[in-house]
Amino acid sequence: MGDKRHRPLNLEEIRKRLAQARGAQYWRSLEELADSEEFQQILEKEFPRQSSPLGAFLHRRQFLKLMGASLALAGLTSCRPLPMRKIVPQVQQPEEMIPGRPLYFASAFPFGGYGRGVLVESHEGRPTKIEGNAKHPASPGAQGVLNPQAPAQLNPDGTPKHLGATDAFTQASILTLYDPDRSQSPMYQGQLSAWTDFNAALTAEMAKQAAVRGAGLRILTETVTSPTLAALMEELLKKFPQAKWHQYEPVHADNAYEGAKIAFGEPVHTVYRFDRADVILSLDADFLYGAPASVRYAHDYASRRRVRSGTAEMNRLYVVESTPSVTGSAADHRLPLRPSQVQAFALALARALGVPVSAPQLPAEQQKWVDAVARDLQAHRSRSVVVAGESLPPAIHALVHAINHVLGNVGQTVLYTAPVEAQPVNHTQSLRELVQDMTAGKVEVLIILGGNPAYNAPADLEFARVLKELTQRNGFTVHLSLYEDETSALCLWHIPESHYLEAWGDVRAFDGTVSVIQPLIEPLYPSRSAYEMVDALLGRQRTGYDIVQAYWSKRLGTANFQKTWRRILHDGVVPGTALPPKPVKIRTEAVVAAQKTPAPAEELEVVFVPDPTVWDGRFANNGWLQELPKPLTHLTWDNAIFVSPATAQRLGLQMDTGGLANMVDVVELRLRGEKLRAPIWIMPGQPDDCVTLALGYGRTRAGRVGTGIGYNAYKVRFSDALWTASGATLAKTGDRYPLASTQQHHSMQGRDLVHVGTLQEFRQNPEHLVKKHSAEGEHLSLYPEHKWDGNAWAMVIDTSLCIGCNACVTACQAENNIPIVGKEQVARGREMHWIRIDRYYEGNLDNPSTHLLPVPCMQCENAPCEPVCPVGATNHSEEGLNQMVYNRCVGTRYCSNNCPYKVRRFNFLKYNDPKEPVLQLLSNPDVTVRGRGVMEKCTYCVQRINAARIEAKKLGREVQDGEVITACQAACPTHAIVFGNMNNRESLVAQLKQQPHHYGLLEELNTRPRTTYLAKVRNPNPELEGA
Amino acid sequence: MQGQIVRTEPATELIEGQHTYETVTHKIGSVVLSYRHPRAWYVVTAIAAFFVFVLITSIAWLLLRGVGIWGINQPVGWGFAIINFVWWIGIGHAGTLISAILLLLRQQWRTSINRFAEAMTIFAVMCAGMFPLLHVGRPWVAYWLLPIPNWTGAWPQFRSPLIWDVFAVTTYFTVSLLFWFTGLIPDLATLRDRAKNRLAQVIFGVLAMGWRNSAKHWHRYESAYLLLAGLSTPLVVSVHSIVSLDFAVSLIPGWHTTIFPPYFVAGAIYSGFAMVLTLVIPIRALYKMQDFLTMKHLDWMAKIMLATGLIVFYGYIMEIFTALYSANQYEQYLITNRFFGPYAPFFWALLICNGLIPQVLWSPKVRQNVVLLFIISLIVNVGMWLERFVIVVTSLHRDFLPSSWGMYVPTIWDWGLYLGTIGFFTFMMFLFVRFVPMISIFEMRDLLHQTDRHHAAPATGAAVTPAASTEVTP
Repeated sequence: MGDKRHRPLNLEEIRKRLAQARGAQYWRSLEELADSEEFQQILEKEFPRQSSPLGAFLHRRQFLKLMGASLALAGLTSCRPLPMRKIVPQVQQPEEMIPGRPLYFASAFPFGGYGRGVLVESHEGRPTKIEGNAKHPASPGAQGVLNPQAPAQLNPDGTPKHLGATDAFTQASILTLYDPDRSQSPMYQGQLSAWTDFNAALTAEMAKQAAVRGAGLRILTETVTSPTLAALMEELLKKFPQAKWHQYEPVHADNAYEGAKIAFGEPVHTVYRFDRADVILSLDADFLYGAPASVRYAHDYASRRRVRSGTAEMNRLYVVESTPSVTGSAADHRLPLRPSQVQAFALALARALGVPVSAPQLPAEQQKWVDAVARDLQAHRSRSVVVAGESLPPAIHALVHAINHVLGNVGQTVLYTAPVEAQPVNHTQSLRELVQDMTAGKVEVLIILGGNPAYNAPADLEFARVLKELTQRNGFTVHLSLYEDETSALCLWHIPESHYLEAWGDVRAFDGTVSVIQPLIEPLYPSRSAYEMVDALLGRQRTGYDIVQAYWSKRLGTANFQKTWRRILHDGVVPGTALPPKPVKIRTEAVVAAQKTPAPAEELEVVFVPDPTVWDGRFANNGWLQELPKPLTHLTWDNAIFVSPATAQRLGLQMDTGGLANMVDVVELRLRGEKLRAPIWIMPGQPDDCVTLALGYGRTRAGRVGTGIGYNAYKVRFSDALWTASGATLAKTGDRYPLASTQQHHSMQGRDLVHVGTLQEFRQNPEHLVKKHSAEGEHLSLYPEHKWDGNAWAMVIDTSLCIGCNACVTACQAENNIPIVGKEQVARGREMHWIRIDRYYEGNLDNPSTHLLPVPCMQCENAPCEPVCPVGATNHSEEGLNQMVYNRCVGTRYCSNNCPYKVRRFNFLKYNDPKEPVLQLLSNPDVTVRGRGVMEKCTYCVQRINAARIEAKKLGREVQDGEVITACQAACPTHAIVFGNMNNRESLVAQLKQQPHHYGLLEELNTRPRTTYLAKVRNPNPELEGA
Repeated sequence: MQGQIVRTEPATELIEGQHTYETVTHKIGSVVLSYRHPRAWYVVTAIAAFFVFVLITSIAWLLLRGVGIWGINQPVGWGFAIINFVWWIGIGHAGTLISAILLLLRQQWRTSINRFAEAMTIFAVMCAGMFPLLHVGRPWVAYWLLPIPNWTGAWPQFRSPLIWDVFAVTTYFTVSLLFWFTGLIPDLATLRDRAKNRLAQVIFGVLAMGWRNSAKHWHRYESAYLLLAGLSTPLVVSVHSIVSLDFAVSLIPGWHTTIFPPYFVAGAIYSGFAMVLTLVIPIRALYKMQDFLTMKHLDWMAKIMLATGLIVFYGYIMEIFTALYSANQYEQYLITNRFFGPYAPFFWALLICNGLIPQVLWSPKVRQNVVLLFIISLIVNVGMWLERFVIVVTSLHRDFLPSSWGMYVPTIWDWGLYLGTIGFFTFMMFLFVRFVPMISIFEMRDLLHQTDRHHAAPATGAAVTPAASTEVTP
């Protein structure tokens, strides 16, 4: 110990420190008390992981192996190290607990403050898979949509018969629960600390604040819709009247609320009823993806596009947008315009529909669009919807309210309610006020509940700098979050937050419906929820359960509370909490007065969008979402600046798709003096002179998966230009950068892969939608035809309905223990997803039509993969499944070569190699985890089929239609995927196979696929067709 | 019987210089028995040994990490491993053709090159055999491809061409090895008898299996050798036909082609003869064997290359014609992709190497130019490798669904294994040259006997056992 830093213990100092301490302070040794460097060293030796998280980081590539999300089954007995004590085994089995049989619990996934209903599958106490809760408005099930005579709610074994739909975020949220990078202990100034220390410090600080009525207390949250949390905050603000509650979330509907204030004088919330709409116009609104109501909206939108023989009715979707989106790709007509042009378009449309505004002169082609759309909307008064996107300024939102009013849509397809959020404030404004207070020295205690403002606040607010200074000035800054992230690093204290699957809470859905968030597992690490944190601020130590239950018992009354409470938990929704429609009065003069003629921007315009997979950056450490091919681009592990083909040509930018990865040019984007280096992506359908930046990347402290990838678009996002900005310049740097995309070719090469026709054609001659090939339906073999008796599993996918939202891909990954492989492996073409969404472009480069084709295994009756396997590892089941025997597979990859659909996936390396025990909890025990050198592929979720068959057998009957729901089918928001027994003539799948526009992919090869498709039917406006 | 052979060429050109039985035996046998070797032998063997280490390293890393260290992916599930497998198997074919078919056809010129070519076959098949074994995802269970009775009752799947491959290649290897060894026995006895070193005497003695040069031995030897030649002959056709079925049985455009079996066999013989030339030309110079490996040999091998090369080229043309004539859009795209796609340089190089350049062999002057022949043989080797590359990679990388199209780029480990097998092959060939008579001594003596140059007249009456008169041991 000849270390220079070795100092003798200063007993005097220790005495002083102990004297200053409040409350019980426990200490282990004098060294600890002295907080000497030696002690810190010992601490580091003992807890090397926590001592310096950055130093201990594995390289991201190595980590990918650890994150291989599905793991060995053995030894999964507990989720936390248990004390070594004698235990008494369960002599009697707990009720409902049957080993090997999962239980489902209703809960809700809070995302951006809004809830999506979920049913969580739990195996012996560990959650493994998330399904949608069909009873929840934001996660609608297929019941009643696909089959009006749908029978009972539950299967005989208690599994839910009707699972609700979800989105990819909901599906992937379970991986975050088990993320080994989650913070596991309180941190004080970046050093490991103890809960007792934090509690003591917090108590002391709150006592000080109580003395000044909270004058120095600030709470910063994300969007809050939770009634319980809102009540707690109210209580807190009552106790500390001088304290302030700020909210900031980088993706928030500020403009929509401001627009509503202009139009109605109050911040009302808008709910759309797309199920009642014949004509939909979206003005830069990606309502089918990412929004709190997207799953519901996709469900409703699709419910009017289910074209079947005899009932051929369809809605029509127009999209005017400044960046290609999921909604845009689903549109019957899509018009790419720059943000300034979208505004001009809105004004012109409003004028054409009779709103008294002055509109700028539009180019002829746009004017043609305006006229056609206006006529179509007029023709469908009260059965149309115009939706404005968040990127549009408040005035345009107000204008769109006026348009809907003029069209008589209000009360029909457009409903207004009171705000769902507990306190709808302008988030940017709220954060600005906080920053002003912090700079002015008014803030002593700052409690940040969730969020990551140091990373995602607008650049000009300089929140990170202000926060750092506050901490340096001895401000008591606390960050409660799942990860020790950028914001935590700048705070005095970091406190681990409980994941929603391990903490009690409640949350409102887009329509106000409340769900109680029910935890599925004890917190994996000692952590707190926001509820418990605010309760602690109030000087209490209640558990989350007590807090939430106390609130609801008060609100629902004590009579029969326990019964009601059980009902609420069981159903996952609190009945009668949906917000009622609110009568509003449009203030047309104010709307008109608010309009400004958009300045025609000559320079480059910039559009910001939340990233379609990592969103605002919160999912940066989620491997499933990182590797999820982004809709339209199929890009993984990176974000890029979207540039239109013409603009790229003008600027001399290149994207080389010839090799393994896409080698693209790196550009430097300058906006108001800020610089950003980023790779480009040449995006067909992007408006010219307009670039799109995706938020959520460039994280510096995301964790081993998400740190240091992509560029940080927040660097050029300013508080007055959150979604669009102009005046940017783009310069080529000469550097090149590899981007890993899962689809390199975008043309169908004249092959009949997605058959497309119009509604008109379908009505006149439905058979002609599909180009028939010679082999179809004929028996082309020397051998007698095989008879498929019993169950014959089959799937039909309606390509008219697929919006490419990726929910199926992530659901499949979660259900089937599919590993992630990392960017380099994706670039090599080794991604493992069992279902993929092929996207083909048709038409011109500047505004192509997009055709989507979800491709799982076709389960061919004449499967080309089977005869070539030298060891018979892939063969056919009696029920028509092309099955893989993993144990038998030696890995020749001949099957994959001979698969014309290329749906087989090979474990080229040991992708499933979990070194982190916590990830082992995630695996679905019903699905084999595949090792290195083994082929795998879609099984039609054979584990679900078997579970249903066993139940049916016990009851002595056949498996009923709808009893087996595959993971992809359950997740699909538009219910485009239908699965069932095609030998059962009554089954939906058998009926769909009789549709005139039914076809099989590459049927001419005589593979006789069981997975088949319905041709894509569009509903174009004859006025615009051919334009 | 020998008297009945109709010689189409003057046999004098098959052995040059003034030779007696003793000088033949000495010239060939001393290479094995002498301690002194050309410096080039040591240099080449050392370099080859280095690549053997490269091979061992590549295999070790492969077993440790998995086939993901290679460039294979979705959609190109087979890469260098299968390309090299087919290439090596093809190279082996010349040996069998020379030793078996030419024997049955009583082509005497095979005598000087058959030992050499057979050794080449064995080592080439060893190299080839490594690849399918190592390219599977789980090499430790690769034995499941063998029909081994086991308690699970699980058998290989006999419909798969890969199983046919297993049978074809193992049979081929076994028969080739037996054939080669049987042919070696009289020579081993010669070496046993001439060796001065005790260890060599013991080893050659054991390997000679008690050969005592009796008439009975010769009778049995001749019968066995002929039988093995008869067994080998169909293998020349069957092995590469079956290898081609790996591709032809599938439904991938570019693979699903009925012309493959004959076209592959022709290609195999083509590349095999190219490899024989590649090896024979330097070794002939190194060990001054020009007397036994004459220009006539080289000339005839060049002619066979020309002939088989034209068959292969016909195959290329038929593939293109079939695609165009079929009106099958996938086949047609494949051809377009080969000509103009990302791997087009490989295809053009293939046409030049295999189609264009070998046409100079029409000229007798070229066939008489050893250096040119050597260069052309190298080019044909490269061309045949490119052919397999084009078949495997360009067919797979863009098949039916454009969404799944991808690229294949080999990694350093692909190259490591490939160059490693070339090193192994060279290493084994040089060891062979060092430890085994590279030319069949007794057959050369027989040839000498028949050329009427040593004796004034052939032995009268009964058939003369080959070289019987020279079996006088020192």
